[in-house]
Amino acid sequence: MLETSTLYGLLGIILAALGLQAAILQRDAIRRILAINVLGVGVFLVFIATAYQGADTPPDAVPHALVLTGIVVAVAATALALGLQRRLEILDEDTDDE
Amino acid sequence: MTFDALLVLDMLLATLMLMLAIAALHCESLRQGIFLYIVFGLVTALAWARLKAPDVALAEAAIGSGVAGALLLAGLRDRKPRKQKSLLRRPAWQVLTVTYLVIGLALTASWAFLDAQANDVGPRLGAMVQAELANSGVSNPVTAVLLNFRAYDTLLELAVLLAALLGVLALGPERAAPRAAGPVVHHLVAWLTPLLIVTAGYLLWVGAHAPGGAFQAGALLAAAGIVVRLSGNPHNGLPSGIWVRMLAVAGCGVFMFVGLASMGGGANLLQYPANWAGTLILLIEVFATLAITTSLVLVYLGGQPDSWSSGRRKARA
Repeated sequence: MLETSTLYGLLGIILAALGLQAAILQRDAIRRILAINVLGVGVFLVFIATAYQGADTPPDAVPHALVLTGIVVAVAATALALGLQRRLEILDEDTDDE
Repeated sequence: MTFDALLVLDMLLATLMLMLAIAALHCESLRQGIFLYIVFGLVTALAWARLKAPDVALAEAAIGSGVAGALLLAGLRDRKPRKQKSLLRRPAWQVLTVTYLVIGLALTASWAFLDAQANDVGPRLGAMVQAELANSGVSNPVTAVLLNFRAYDTLLELAVLLAALLGVLALGPERAAPRAAGPVVHHLVAWLTPLLIVTAGYLLWVGAHAPGGAFQAGALLAAAGIVVRLSGNPHNGLPSGIWVRMLAVAGCGVFMFVGLASMGGGANLLQYPANWAGTLILLIEVFATLAITTSLVLVYLGGQPDSWSSGRRKARA
């Protein structure tokens, strides 16, 4: 019988793999940032699946706290990456004008 | 039989997430891809709820899907229109090499994961958390870990957020504000904003004993700021001048102050006195919420707010 935590854990690994592949192969910066976000969700899913201990026992709170921290750090990194991308865009425009 | 019904739900959720992720990553139009990513985030929140992680579900829906989606859309708007470079247009050998390497990595990770699931890997920290929960000052185990047992991590996380904010602020002036929206949207925003503020306050307070806390509350407050901004309003709810800077560092500052003050009685850094723990955690969370809100709204603006530099620009002119 397939267990809930196994199902979501394997799903997390597949999502992380898909995100990693797209992050390496895509050429567009924003697409890559999006791919890294999908990769992050995959990793979080593995963590939370590990914390799950069945329907009746309370789950392990430590991975939950780690993932909460991770979500905020991921969004901060996304914002910084998009800021850098915007700066590059402005610089490209300047060189095009010359 | 109920177990089987739940397993069907899990299967459906997993399939949906997989399809949404592939569609978001390889969609022809990037704009559609970002929308699909937002939907993917919301469906993921359901998966968190299924795995009994309601705190993570709230954070994912508000931050991972909401704020990240808004940031990606704003990033898309920054680009000048150009023809979309299509996906994976690379030589076949590059695509194949990377794909096989990634598959190999995924298989290794799956093997490690299944092995860890099958064999008991020793005592879990979760049991220790449950045992010590009564001493933490709060009754929500996730909040207890975040702000008491592993408060270091949360302090450093606020520092990471501050560092990212400083990075964005260093990149230049803010994005141009969107066009003013029509009266219907204005009316909606006028209803939505107070509702978001009240909900954020509730989440902050309830975090001590139920799912919720500083991150979820901060994300909702930031959403209020972003919604106001999106409706074309020049204000975004942040104070101007020195106050916004104070708010941005308030999270780290108060956290550090409490941590250092707790050393006064000979205790370690961030080792709160037991009967004050609940109050101190709430105090830290209030300022962490304000700092998270300020940081998220400022990074959404994408640079230094116009209200900061106007004085300097005038002086230079």
